[in-house]
Amino acid sequence: MLLIDCPHCGPRNESEFHYGDQAHIARPENSESMSDQEWAEYVYLRENPKGLFRERWVHSAGCGRWFNAVRDTVSSRIVATYKQGEEAPISAEEEGGLL
Amino acid sequence: MAQKYRLPEGGRVDRSQPLRFTFDGKSYEGFAGDTLASAMMANGLRLVGRSFKYHRPRGIITSGVDEPNALVDLYSGTSKHEADARTTMAELVDGMDAKSINNYPLLKYDVGAVNSIFSKFFVSGFYYKTFMWPKAAWLKLYEPFIRKAAGLGTAPTVPDTDHYEKHYGYCDVLIIGAGPAGLAAARQAARSNARVWVVDDQPELGGHLLTRSATIDGKDSDAWIAEVRAELEAAPNVTLKTRAQAISYFDMNYVAIWEKVTNHMANPPANMPRERLYRVRAGQVIIASGSHERPLVFADNDRPGVMLAGAAETYVKRYGVKPGKRAVAMVNNDYAYGSILALLDAGIEVPLVCDLRQEPDGALTQAVKDRGVPIRAGHAIVAIKGKNSVRGVKVAALSEDGKALAEGEKPASQACDLVVHSAGWTPAVHAHCMARGKLAWSDDMSCFLPSEGSDANPNVSAGNCAGQMDLASVLTSGHEAAGQVLEALGMPANNAPAAPTADPEAASSTRILWIVPGEKELGYGSAKHFIDFQNDSTAFDVQLAVREGMHSIEHVKRYTTTGMATDQGKLANLNAIGIVSEALDVAPEKVGTTTYRLPYTPTTFGVIAGRDIDELLDPARTTAMHPWHEDNGAVYEDVGQWKRPWYFPKKGESMHKAVLRECAAVREDVGILDASTLGKIVVKGPDAGAFLDLVYTNKFSSLKPGKCRYGLMLNEDGMILDDGVTSRISDDEFYMTTTTGNAAPVLDHLEEYLQTEWPHMQVYLTSVTEQWATATIAGPKARDLLAEICSDVDLSAEAFEFMSWREGTVADCPARIFRISFTGDVSYEINVPSDYGLHLWNTLMQVGRKYGITPYGTETMHVLRAEKGFIIVGQETDGSVMPFDLDMNWIVSKKKGDFIGRRSLYRSDMSKPDRKQLVGIKTVDPSVVLEEGAQLVRELKAQPPMDMVGHVTSSYMSPACGRSIALGIVKGGLAAKGETLYSPQPDGKVIEVVTCSPVFFDPEGSRQNG
Ligand SMILES: [Zn+2]
Repeated sequence: MLLIDCPHCGPRNESEFHYGDQAHIARPENSESMSDQEWAEYVYLRENPKGLFRERWVHSAGCGRWFNAVRDTVSSRIVATYKQGEEAPISAEEEGGLL
Repeated sequence: MAQKYRLPEGGRVDRSQPLRFTFDGKSYEGFAGDTLASAMMANGLRLVGRSFKYHRPRGIITSGVDEPNALVDLYSGTSKHEADARTTMAELVDGMDAKSINNYPLLKYDVGAVNSIFSKFFVSGFYYKTFMWPKAAWLKLYEPFIRKAAGLGTAPTVPDTDHYEKHYGYCDVLIIGAGPAGLAAARQAARSNARVWVVDDQPELGGHLLTRSATIDGKDSDAWIAEVRAELEAAPNVTLKTRAQAISYFDMNYVAIWEKVTNHMANPPANMPRERLYRVRAGQVIIASGSHERPLVFADNDRPGVMLAGAAETYVKRYGVKPGKRAVAMVNNDYAYGSILALLDAGIEVPLVCDLRQEPDGALTQAVKDRGVPIRAGHAIVAIKGKNSVRGVKVAALSEDGKALAEGEKPASQACDLVVHSAGWTPAVHAHCMARGKLAWSDDMSCFLPSEGSDANPNVSAGNCAGQMDLASVLTSGHEAAGQVLEALGMPANNAPAAPTADPEAASSTRILWIVPGEKELGYGSAKHFIDFQNDSTAFDVQLAVREGMHSIEHVKRYTTTGMATDQGKLANLNAIGIVSEALDVAPEKVGTTTYRLPYTPTTFGVIAGRDIDELLDPARTTAMHPWHEDNGAVYEDVGQWKRPWYFPKKGESMHKAVLRECAAVREDVGILDASTLGKIVVKGPDAGAFLDLVYTNKFSSLKPGKCRYGLMLNEDGMILDDGVTSRISDDEFYMTTTTGNAAPVLDHLEEYLQTEWPHMQVYLTSVTEQWATATIAGPKARDLLAEICSDVDLSAEAFEFMSWREGTVADCPARIFRISFTGDVSYEINVPSDYGLHLWNTLMQVGRKYGITPYGTETMHVLRAEKGFIIVGQETDGSVMPFDLDMNWIVSKKKGDFIGRRSLYRSDMSKPDRKQLVGIKTVDPSVVLEEGAQLVRELKAQPPMDMVGHVTSSYMSPACGRSIALGIVKGGLAAKGETLYSPQPDGKVIEVVTCSPVFFDPEGSRQNG
């Protein structure tokens, strides 16, 4: 049972949240001009790194808001949570590599 | 004579409080402070159960949580029934009723023991090998046999009337275990500002000190425990829980603790729960969970009267019971001699001790020697005499390498009624491992010890479970663990006590023999070397598994079922690892361990469920009209959590007849349906129209206020998510309906896109499902009926067209009337604020009487919509169906821009001609109603397998069509309408069908538009 620090409400049990997979993937605006392959990658494929991962959560049983988190997929430790539209407090190199 | 094995004095039982209990119907006496196991032992009850596979007679092996054999059913047939209770953990209660398990008809003469005679056939992988072929034999022969032979206790027959609670806890330091390490840690943590929880599974604090007392800080350990207890109880920051077992350790130091609150009371107060589950979030955890004594693996080491040395010591010292009168011991370490001393002190004769070590050393060994007990170095017990109870042993010298009897050795017999043995102690690393900690093999100690922890779960192991075995270092490690976690928390102890001290023990040797040889080679003869005493797996089974190619310990576990019993391998696993490592000739570290699964010990369903049972687990949602449905005999269908009327039978009427009657009423007069359960979402804001254009396949921004439109919603993969009618209330407000079961998922889906993809859009979403009650009236007389109770809306077909809505007053209530139809007949969905729902319904029923108004349920609704070929999301669709598959190209806008799922519709896979597509289905014999889910084939063969090309999704007898009708999805079905298909039935018969248009009734739609 993770303890997740909702940026709007504070720390709450994982059972109040739902998971939303990888964060910072914008829905393509030019889908018309994308190949089947490119579109399928957007719809179906997500990273699954061993290490730090930027991912989405929604506080379903609380404020109902979506936000992002950085989680270590090995230990499940949540390194940080941050609001939508904010930058992840890790660099691209850190993602997928253990701090 | 009562309690003939009770010592005249000593132990922690209260001889002034005798308690009665029964075992298999016979009455016995024990004392307060006994466990059921110690009380049974005091009465000379040795044979307490039978094993799982061979039904071998079994007795008590341990004195604690690791007991694999001494399981009973408690309070059978009553509301307090507890299956497979461990007698070693069940505190004796006056009036306790215990029953032996896994034997029929009598404990002493068990018919299942015939398995024992055929044990040659029960080797590793037996279930996999034997029960494979022939297939027919499985149902008739093997399955009933396994069912009868397997299983432990019996399931309860009456409901549990006790109540169970759940409780959340928060602390800075959680200490698991209140033995010497846990108490040393607790004493220091209590003096800090940290909030401290201390939990222990026993009724008394002290852990192993209750068995083997010692001198701590210069005083008797009992006095030391009392002193620490007093300090903990007085400290306001400490929560102390006894009879509380930490069972599971989850991420981020979230620990589940199972407390037995009133189990030990004969007459518990009614207001108190039987058990309680604490879920504690801790800043830091100190794991002081101790260790389990390891059995030696020797011939017939399962016979009643063979037990672990430490357990025997516990029965003597803690419970004042003699486990036997004459004991032979087999040990490989010095610590176990302390147990032998306890037996001697209790007046138990010890004619000899077999020590596997060539040169037994150590202070306790010397003390036993000084008492005149012969110690046979390099000797072993190679055979046990007696079946239902030990009658003696055979002892022999071992060869140098310990793998066989010494050359020319003739085993010597020794009579005894008790055999105690010890292979040393295995640290209980379960909590550390559940917390994602890693293990490292210790060559010195021949066991796995905690190494790295996980940074998500800050904890420290202390005492035995950290590999600290002598009391002095146990105390120090507990004390230091507390210092370490308090420092990490920044909450140092004020006035910190000095670490408690005890006399250090001198080092001594041990000798590991994973298998103690018997008279015959393993696998020969009838003797068995057991590893897992409950699942009956033996050393030979493990060796065989390795020979047959199972080289991973996880495979060996499953192939032999070693460690899969209710004790979860607490006794078995390390021995199995040792034997595998020897068989493979690799280091035990390379063999590794199986996963330490939660819970640590079998837990009652009651405490897991807590109060979350019946309606508190799954509340029923009811509509405003529900009281009327109740009064009028509705039969319900559960849709999500909603109770929806399924049909309304008249007295003595079958479902079939009721549905025919309800259908006819809608087609001929007027029917009334409670449609309040449909999901309703208000979509409001300046961008509401543009937002809906993005979430539906068709355009909504062009919809005029006062109009309604059917919409299809897709997931990004192009598959249908939901459908429903959305109406425009005003320029900036829409009223969306969803299917009953999908209301919450659709709202989540919309919220997600609104928040994460289009946060710039000014739109608010509000669920109003509970705010509106909806009565739908449908049928040729619906308009006349509505006109009688609504005077402020022009209901004429010209003024109030199909697919539009009006605001007005119905039955004196403010109402929104939607002219939409799910039946194919003229239909009005009348929405009023929920509080008026029942009034509206009553008025319609009353006024409608002269029109023959007939309430109908979901079954009739389904028949009527199927006659019209209307789909139900989740019935005709299953997450792999897209609009073109339903021939619904008309609803997918080509002109408007992007919408969710649009790009996926044009992937090449979506235009494959053999996609499953919606068709109508008519049976050649119109009276035959297909079963929903029935498979369809194009090419009929004499017997399966046949190529399945689709299946039936909906199927009914249609009164309007005068025949059966069905919908289904069939590969390439759209292009092949009119083809003949077959539905092979389980009984070998075949139903012949012809596909057709899915619209069976009024294809022009003249009725609904009229
Ligand atoms: Zn929140």
